[in-house]
Amino acid sequence: MDRRVNEDAIVASHLGRSVGGCTLVDDISVQVRAGEVLAVVGPSGAGKSSFLRLLNRLDEPTAGTVLLEDVDYHQIPPRELRRKVGMVTQRAFLFPGTVSQNVGFGPRQRGEVISEARADELLARVGLTGFADRDVANLSGGEAQRVSLARALANSPLVLLLDEPTSALDDEAKSLVEGLIGDIIRESGLTCVVVTHDIAQAGRMATRMMMLQEGRAIRIGPVTEVLHA
Amino acid sequence: MLNRLFTDPLQLGLAQALAAAIVAYAVVLVARGRQIHLEREAAIALVRGLVQIIAVGSVLVLLLQSSRWIGASLLGAMMLAAGVTSSKRAKGVPGSLQVSTVGIACGAGSVIAIMTWLGVIDTAITSLIPVGSMLIANAMNTNGLALNRFRSDVLAHVGEIETALALGADPRQSVAEYAQESFEASLIPAIDSLRSLGIVWIPGLMAGMLLSGSRPIYAAIYQFVVLAMIFGASGLTALVSTLLIRTHAFTSAEQLLLRPGAVAVRSKE
Repeated sequence: MDRRVNEDAIVASHLGRSVGGCTLVDDISVQVRAGEVLAVVGPSGAGKSSFLRLLNRLDEPTAGTVLLEDVDYHQIPPRELRRKVGMVTQRAFLFPGTVSQNVGFGPRQRGEVISEARADELLARVGLTGFADRDVANLSGGEAQRVSLARALANSPLVLLLDEPTSALDDEAKSLVEGLIGDIIRESGLTCVVVTHDIAQAGRMATRMMMLQEGRAIRIGPVTEVLHA
Repeated sequence: MLNRLFTDPLQLGLAQALAAAIVAYAVVLVARGRQIHLEREAAIALVRGLVQIIAVGSVLVLLLQSSRWIGASLLGAMMLAAGVTSSKRAKGVPGSLQVSTVGIACGAGSVIAIMTWLGVIDTAITSLIPVGSMLIANAMNTNGLALNRFRSDVLAHVGEIETALALGADPRQSVAEYAQESFEASLIPAIDSLRSLGIVWIPGLMAGMLLSGSRPIYAAIYQFVVLAMIFGASGLTALVSTLLIRTHAFTSAEQLLLRPGAVAVRSKE
């Protein structure tokens, strides 16, 4: 991927969201440089997933904004924004049909048909060579999550958001999926924001870490600094 | 038995209404035994229905001498009331009042207008109001069923819908499957009514026409005509409503509004 390192890929600027008098995300400002992996950690209810949903505008911020490659994301049509800022959630939520139909879902929304070779390449990246014609109903949890990852990558995102991508998996699948994500990030230089409650996993995957508490960012910095602060 | 006790038609009617209400409420009490609580809602609906129909009957007596434009205005008012009532079956569905009112006006309103123009519905108020109100009432029920089903399906598939949005899907397409299923499910009562006509039930309108001296064959055919019009009005209402609700379920920034416990935050756009 052609990405200029040390330039901000995505920036949250005084980002906040309050709903019905309850503050979910409170004045968070953070820059994620191109090719960087930022881990967002914190206890349950700290606002990790709420923060992530603001980054691809699945929810509307009530304060602040997000800059994607220096452009205020309110200026970007939502569908284009979500193509550029991909997301993988805790559960795979595959659509009924085959694995290749799922992988081609994103491009199909723009009227593009993904080639068989491209689908095979994406499936190979997530270790699912030969799975293209499989019915998604017959996949294990780990396989489904890997299809979900390939489906997000098929949109060629600039930034990938990962919301607890391994927390619904058993230990074996968790280790496999985490390793795959790590390999893909390293090989492609993809910018990532990963939400996890697992501090050890955050340490393995990320270069920087942001710790949230009650919707506020209480520490941001290199992983070792945040962990030992 | 009541016929012997009451000779005055008004007293007899009220006594018959009371007997019917007791039977209806007995069902509510049986349901209560199974922990299904409809007591308050059913009591209010029974009293409200009786008061409303007596009021409409009284108005009809006056309207018999009125112009057809007053009849048309009355049907318009009925559509508004149907929109309000139907929207209450879709609590939490954004824009349900607007969607219901527009859906019923398009569905029932257009069928009434076309059928009146063709001469299928007589322009006399004694025909226009009862037949028109049947179409509006059925359109209201179908609309309520469609929106209620849409709400349940969307709430049960928030993950799938937001996954589609996150991959760049058109919001309307992301809920199209649930809108289509809601449309199909809402028409089941109307289809079953047509299918079982004359076999399982002989509708009230036909019975009324026979009692008032119409030829049985004409009464039977006209009953089919009414049920076919009900199907048309209901189907068109559900079609319009389920098309409109696909847009109302999202903000202008293409965020799903219909989420468990969600409070809509207006887009800054």
